[in-house]
Amino acid sequence: MTVETTELSLPSRIETVATAAAAVAEFVGRCGLSDDAAFGIDMAIREAVTNAVLHGNREDNDKTVDIVLKSSPDAIEISVHDQGAGFNPEDVPDPTAKENILKASGRGIFFMRTFMDEVDWLIRPEGGTTVRMLKRR
Amino acid sequence: MAELNIEERQAGDVTVLDMSGKITIGEGSVALRTAVRRLLEEGKKRILLNLAGVSYIDSSGIGELVSSFTAIGKEGGQLKLLNLTQKLQDLLAITKLLTVFDVYENEAEALNTFK
Repeated sequence: MTVETTELSLPSRIETVATAAAAVAEFVGRCGLSDDAAFGIDMAIREAVTNAVLHGNREDNDKTVDIVLKSSPDAIEISVHDQGAGFNPEDVPDPTAKENILKASGRGIFFMRTFMDEVDWLIRPEGGTTVRMLKRR
Repeated sequence: MAELNIEERQAGDVTVLDMSGKITIGEGSVALRTAVRRLLEEGKKRILLNLAGVSYIDSSGIGELVSSFTAIGKEGGQLKLLNLTQKLQDLLAITKLLTVFDVYENEAEALNTFK
């Protein structure tokens, strides 16, 4: 049973979103997923890295966004680590609630949860936040 | 090549923006914002976004569509959407924004609704 792992460490700038998405697309391409699954993972990784760069690391050049990709026979697991203060995902308002529909932001976590089978957050004791996302095969 | 290409044309008193590429965080979203702000400054408040060539949009791009919609509405104008790809239509559906935007598949029909 083969588990393939790839690790990336990228700078905290907006361009990293596209870089990470391209690397993940290449990884996912090797895993033989359906187009729909690949699209969902692409949406989710872009949102996760955007959050890590903007909200986690606040575009601080001294901080990196670290990504771990794992492919197993059952699933693709993606972890995105930042070095920010962390947050409670339950505090993020539902962007589809009537009062939030016309807000310009706040849909990233909703997309991650919509397109992945599992999404959870870990505030690490040594500092920083990890979002772990799973897409079952 | 730019992430998002926007070409402007006039159809009567409606400004049509033919867009192709990606509306994503950074360059793509900024290009859309800049184009809409410029039209508003020029007094062009009836705007039809032709999204046929938009292959990808993220939450930032969707946020920019919403911002454009509300900014134009505040100026007494109208923003409508034309030729959404299936993926974009799906994204607007799950975010419940299909109930907010006027969406058309036929340009002539869309233009008529501005009258």
